[in-house]
Amino acid sequence: MTDIYLAHGKSVLEPIRKGFGRGLLEAGQRYDNVVAACADLTESTQMHMFAEAFPDRFVEVGVAEQNLVTVGAGLAAMGKIPFVSSYAAFSPGRNWEQIRTTICLNDQPVKVIGSHAGISVGPDGATHQMLEDIALMRSLPNMVVLAPCDSIEAAKATLAMAKDKRPNYMRLAREATPIITTAQTPFEIGKAYVFRPGEEVTIVATGTMTYQALEAAKILAKDRIEVEVIHAPTIKPLDESLIIKSAKKTGLVLTAEEGQIAGGLGGAVAELLSEHQPTRLFRIGMKDRFGESGEPDELLKHFGLDADHIAMSVHHLLMTHRKADRGE
Amino acid sequence: MAGPKDYSIEELSGIAAQIRVDIIKMLEEAGSGHSAGPLGLADIFTALYFNILKHDPKNPDWPQRDILILSNGHCVPVRYATMAHVGYFPISELKTLRKFGSRLQGHPERLRLPGMETTSGPLGSGLSQACGMALALRMDSADHRWVYVVMSDGEQDEGNTWEAAMLASKYKLSNLIAITDRNNIQIDGPTETVMPLEDLHAKWEAFGWYVMEIDGNDIEAVIEAYHMAKAIVNQPVMILARTIPGKGVDFMEYDFHWHGKPPSHAEAKIALHEIRTLGGKIKGEHQ
Repeated sequence: MTDIYLAHGKSVLEPIRKGFGRGLLEAGQRYDNVVAACADLTESTQMHMFAEAFPDRFVEVGVAEQNLVTVGAGLAAMGKIPFVSSYAAFSPGRNWEQIRTTICLNDQPVKVIGSHAGISVGPDGATHQMLEDIALMRSLPNMVVLAPCDSIEAAKATLAMAKDKRPNYMRLAREATPIITTAQTPFEIGKAYVFRPGEEVTIVATGTMTYQALEAAKILAKDRIEVEVIHAPTIKPLDESLIIKSAKKTGLVLTAEEGQIAGGLGGAVAELLSEHQPTRLFRIGMKDRFGESGEPDELLKHFGLDADHIAMSVHHLLMTHRKADRGE
Repeated sequence: MAGPKDYSIEELSGIAAQIRVDIIKMLEEAGSGHSAGPLGLADIFTALYFNILKHDPKNPDWPQRDILILSNGHCVPVRYATMAHVGYFPISELKTLRKFGSRLQGHPERLRLPGMETTSGPLGSGLSQACGMALALRMDSADHRWVYVVMSDGEQDEGNTWEAAMLASKYKLSNLIAITDRNNIQIDGPTETVMPLEDLHAKWEAFGWYVMEIDGNDIEAVIEAYHMAKAIVNQPVMILARTIPGKGVDFMEYDFHWHGKPPSHAEAKIALHEIRTLGGKIKGEHQ
């Protein structure tokens, strides 16, 4: 997997949501029962290609996110596989109860797509920077939670969701971010992948933060610190065995996500390790606060979500970890 | 049952009375639950399951069936009782309502009971699910199937209801027929005190729906309204059905305090006697 990543490096940028748009179009071509609904953000969420190709299978609900997901539940009840999209701040931000009752408790295969998630939405500010979606969706029985790392993976995830019989949530980001996988990179719902093997520290990252973690690993390699980067595109169900195995090997784990660490990937990994493989853990993400307006890079830096900060955190942790090992 | 069987209005009234008896018994046995709404809806549910709906109790997933959504899930005792009487499951199972391990959950769950099309309870989302279903039928050109929704007046406080109202109108979902149980009560009191809903007729009309107003405790009127609704093209239909909450039990009728509580054993005894004797007009079966 290292080679795949290095083959691309940093040069090619594309918003993750574009991959969703392509994947949805392909899913529509492959499966007659795939339909879509949107809440007045068809182009933003990249549903427009599907809507243009399949106008009779597309529903525009207007600015009405509660209706969006419940119409989705109704479509699913009649045998459709509905993808329903908006900004993550509104769906699942506004319509959690409807998702809980009509999708999860009803166990309907609705695919909730939350675009523009995370702090990197940038100038729109705190109202639109959805940071709690992973926690909201992860707590729901039957729900699968996905956060692909680039547009190529998002397309694969979309096709996988079209075949998955469960309720799914997928978070997408607005900004163009580096493409770090290829068509050959494996993707399966429920699996995490070692994108870079290492011995000393494990970083479990999801979504856009996988790129930052890989960059941090490069920085650390210069200081001869070998970091294992695990990309977890599925946050629920988490690939427990892979994470436990790596934690056993390195004894030191960081998590990285563009969202609240409470209840997010950080929360999920903390729950897993404290029960099954107690390991020193440090969670990188938003720490019980809201964001603010700014350019994406500026915000990632300010809130400690960029590669430099991750690398610094690893240095700091290794230092305290080794001291503790020596009994200091 | 490929199509509705012919029952006379008298027979249907008798069935509705039996359903009311079972509602009282179920709630008494359960010790919790809602009384007024289910009693008020007994005539509408009888009309639906014994006349209007195309369904098969022995094959609940029959692909050609009509869909019935109960949006105000708290009124589910009337649906359970009607489903038992029409043959979905044994009437004896009704006494398991709200008990551990029962298929008859306090609020209905799709995955637990065959024939229960959706899980409901949290208000205001039945109509929008019905919109999704009606849209799916339209996509599949299944013009011979209908989506029926039973909803409450109180849940029209919910914004989600009106989001769905707009969508159904936009897509001209004439395969969607909703009925509002206009019984004028909700938990905190009369609807017009808690949050005024009127002019409901004008509201639904303004949202692009074809609106009818009927006596929802008159089975013949309910059946007629549904037949007329099916003849409306290019518009979804809203039947505003005036019902009496607690219908059939004198001390419950019109009283919002009976919205969310069951009868005690003593109250149930009086209620059952009243329903069985049609308020003293006839001799009860056990007298």
